[in-house]
Amino acid sequence: MADLSIDFAGIKSPNPFWLASAPPTNTGEQIMRAFDAGWGGAVWKTLGEPVVDTSSRFGAIEVGGQRMVGFNNIELITDRPLEVNLREIREAKRRYPRHAVIVSLMVETQDDWRTIIQQVEDTGADALELNFGCPHGMCERGMGSAVGQEPEVLKTVAGWAVESASIPVLVKLTPNIGDILEPGVAAVEAGAHGLSLINTIKSITGVDLDRMVPYPVVGERSTNGGYCGPAVKPIALHMVAALARDPRVTIPISGIGGISTWRDAAEFIALGASSVQVCTAVMHRGFRIVEDLCDGLSHFLDSKGMRSVAELRGKALGAYVEWGDLDLSYKVSAHVDPAKCIGCELCLVACRDASVDAIHTGPVPLAAGHVAATRDQAIARAAGSGVHVTWVDETACTGCNLCSHLCPVPGCITMKDVTGGKPFESWNDRIAKGTHKAGHHG
Amino acid sequence: MSATPLPQGRLEQQLEDGKPLYTEGEAVAEAHRCLFCHDAPCITACPTGIDIPRFIRKIGTGNLRGSAQTILSANLLGYSCARVCPVEVLCAGACVYNAWERTPIAIGRLQRYATETLFAQGEAGTLLPRAAANGKRIACVGAGPASLAAAGYLALEGCEATVFDRNPLPGGLNTTGVAPYKMPAEGSLREFEFLASLGVRFEGGVEVGRDVPAAKLLADHDAVFLGPGLGGDTTLAIPGAEGAGVQGATAWIERMKLDPTASLAGVTRAIVVGGGNTAIDAARELAQLGVAEVSLLYRRTQADMSGYAHELEAARAEGVRFVERAVPAAFVRENSVLKALRLSDGREFPCELVVLAIGQASLAALAQAFPDVATDAKGRIVVDAETGATGNAKVWAGGDATGGELVVTGVQDGKRAARAIAKALGIPVRDDAPMLAGHGTVRT
Ligand SMILES: Cc1cc2nc3c(=O)[nH]c(=O)nc-3n(C[C@H](O)[C@H](O)[C@H](O)COP(=O)(O)OP(=O)(O)OC[C@H]3O[C@@H](n4cnc5c(N)ncnc54)[C@H](O)[C@@H]3O)c2cc1C
Ligand SMILES: Cc1cc2nc3c(=O)[nH]c(=O)nc-3n(C[C@H](O)[C@H](O)[C@H](O)COP(=O)(O)O)c2cc1C
Ligand code: SF4
Repeated sequence: MADLSIDFAGIKSPNPFWLASAPPTNTGEQIMRAFDAGWGGAVWKTLGEPVVDTSSRFGAIEVGGQRMVGFNNIELITDRPLEVNLREIREAKRRYPRHAVIVSLMVETQDDWRTIIQQVEDTGADALELNFGCPHGMCERGMGSAVGQEPEVLKTVAGWAVESASIPVLVKLTPNIGDILEPGVAAVEAGAHGLSLINTIKSITGVDLDRMVPYPVVGERSTNGGYCGPAVKPIALHMVAALARDPRVTIPISGIGGISTWRDAAEFIALGASSVQVCTAVMHRGFRIVEDLCDGLSHFLDSKGMRSVAELRGKALGAYVEWGDLDLSYKVSAHVDPAKCIGCELCLVACRDASVDAIHTGPVPLAAGHVAATRDQAIARAAGSGVHVTWVDETACTGCNLCSHLCPVPGCITMKDVTGGKPFESWNDRIAKGTHKAGHHG
Repeated sequence: MSATPLPQGRLEQQLEDGKPLYTEGEAVAEAHRCLFCHDAPCITACPTGIDIPRFIRKIGTGNLRGSAQTILSANLLGYSCARVCPVEVLCAGACVYNAWERTPIAIGRLQRYATETLFAQGEAGTLLPRAAANGKRIACVGAGPASLAAAGYLALEGCEATVFDRNPLPGGLNTTGVAPYKMPAEGSLREFEFLASLGVRFEGGVEVGRDVPAAKLLADHDAVFLGPGLGGDTTLAIPGAEGAGVQGATAWIERMKLDPTASLAGVTRAIVVGGGNTAIDAARELAQLGVAEVSLLYRRTQADMSGYAHELEAARAEGVRFVERAVPAAFVRENSVLKALRLSDGREFPCELVVLAIGQASLAALAQAFPDVATDAKGRIVVDAETGATGNAKVWAGGDATGGELVVTGVQDGKRAARAIAKALGIPVRDDAPMLAGHGTVRT
């Protein structure tokens, strides 16, 4: 059994799974139940000057019957009195000394930061997380993403916190910026001990077309909110990886954004995260999902012969390079399994309308000199069954892999390596050799 | 997975799998339909208390090993249960989708997918870690689901557990009785290999009470579990009952499943007498084997039947004629050849074969060979409902012999007895011992 425990900038946790600062971490009672369920740590719902929230406050995207693929909120930070939160933090830490209790903070002035950090440290909490990310409500008050979007301001404010704190300080970044490296590096320069990302993405999930009010509807109005859930994972993965591979980022990263399964978590860790945080998936299905997060990750590490989470960390980072360093000689071509094809022809129409018209069905002629390994089989099965079995003109196929993504039958369209031993050559190689002029791509 | 010792050319091999193994895509798609309910009613409805939403979610996330572990710890026979359980009246019958008039989750098929895939990978033996040997010896009488579960759970805790069966093959009715369109005998033997990999030993062809006296079994072991199931088919005491063409249902089914010489040559009209699930199974099997006219005769009405409505419906869809208020009076024979079955109201049903599914005898005599083991008026072994304990401090019992009716209830009986035996023998049970999973988890 692989060792799931981690050490994140000195923060010890029995596993890499932390609850993100959000409704599931609102109270000590919730957090302690989450620890019982198996969560390794929790980032307390952001403390600060207590707020008033709206009703309703969530929006959601459903895709083909799958609920909450994307989730959006206009909730602010904690609405509970500071003393109550502090008392509960102390109790949670006392009762769960082996779990990571991290407290998220968002206040305004340097004095405010100094005071609240002192109060939180007195509870015995393991670390602080500075919420520079909230994209609604708080930023209008000069906090949250208003700080996270200005690297210089972030550096100053984070610097105040680092100066006042004797426990590790994590800076939580907003994705609502052009280049995540700017706030990330600013946090490192401010002396932060870790980065957390992403917070939510500015969004409107939809519009109630009868009332002509965007979601979520608050009376006759609405406002933009913060987007999260499975839909944001790709954005978060990129930002985590971009920071993790930058040599200036010397501090650990807590990956957040759309994590629902152990696979998602493994991907964040493989791209450089040291811990991961989860919000929407818990709001959807409860604390109990952590059981499979741990179990699945542990079986996965075992199956790869890795003994700890640390061995997985960053494993895929080396393969993440700039476009110009990709191998232009590498070539794949689509292969439709004639036995599995159900004849929907989605691949055919996609290739024709959005690519190079390399997919066919029935005995249409094959261009002279072109290869189509499954053509005869596909035609034979189509003739015998009436199923519009498709086949690929492999010579025409560019290997874009659009068809393999949209095919509804698992394992039916695969991409076969047809590089044929051609030596590696990247765009940058070509520029260096002068076979291409430097210019635009992408 | 194994070189099975079963001969080829068995009638059961002509029947098709009614619910074939899902492909990966099918399994993942079905798993994603599961709502992952809180306090899920399916768990309550499963006699062994498998954490169903949990194992299904693990299929969805691609954690198949964890999925199989979840299933098999609560139910060591989770593979055969996946295939033979009447899920319509158990887990799937309790699925919240029913209340919404939508198709319930195919729990049995998902359970089969997870367990069969792990079996096929040859990794099942490493799923559930075994405790070190503790020197305790356990004997289980009968190698059916109840005994196999008891033996498996105790073997996992380090006992030397041996199952004795008069049949040369292990599995009990899973091997000799369940309908082939649910699971052919190979499935049961494959499951036994998994149990053997946990340390369960099998002594086939040994009849307890004849080949090994009860006293010797008691003397040689620290505890004995009785799981002998039921006895032979009940016969009909009416004229013409003796002779060819009239067979007991379990005897006929066993031959259909295992005996390559069994044949239906010359049978175009068959009658099954009875109103339980064995009767419906036999009728469906005959119809699926191509007997042109199969009639199911029951002495009362459909409402009084103990067989499941969904099974009767399936039988009718397969062409079985169902006849209510049919009370057999005599077998009509010409030159001793069976020609028809005559009812008490004078109706006659021409036929070449009559299969009697009107009950099975009890094995009370075997039970009584064990001192202080009591049986009730119906010949069922009297046990403590919580533990399966009998009047003899060294003897526990479960399964059909104690009134059980399903594979899955037999498994739960075996698991409960395993817990009680471990406690009685002072065997240290690990905190994460599989025997503690599922319903009725009382720390020993
Ligand atoms: C035709 C038929 C179809 C069924 N279909 C289903 C189904 O689809 N789903 C379901 O859940 N249940 C089904 N059942 C019920 C299910 O098979 C039983 O409830 C279950 O097998 C009981 O398990 P058991 O361990 O108590 O006994 P059994 O499975 O009956 O096993 C008892 C074993 O003990 C052996 N034995 C008996 N006496 C001795 C002795 N003196 N010495 C050594 N060995 C002995 C027998 O040979 C037998 O192998 C069916 C039953 C029948 C008859
Ligand atoms: C309702 C809601 C409230 C949130 N409140 C906070 C907060 O108070 N502080 C904070 O740092 N992040 C907050 N977040 C952002 C989450 O911590 C997390 O960064 C984001 O939801 C992405 O993760 P996910 O995709 O797992 O939900 C909130 C998110 C939601 C959905
Ligand atoms: S989850 Fe539903 S019931 Fe609970 S507070 Fe929100 S709106 Fe009300």
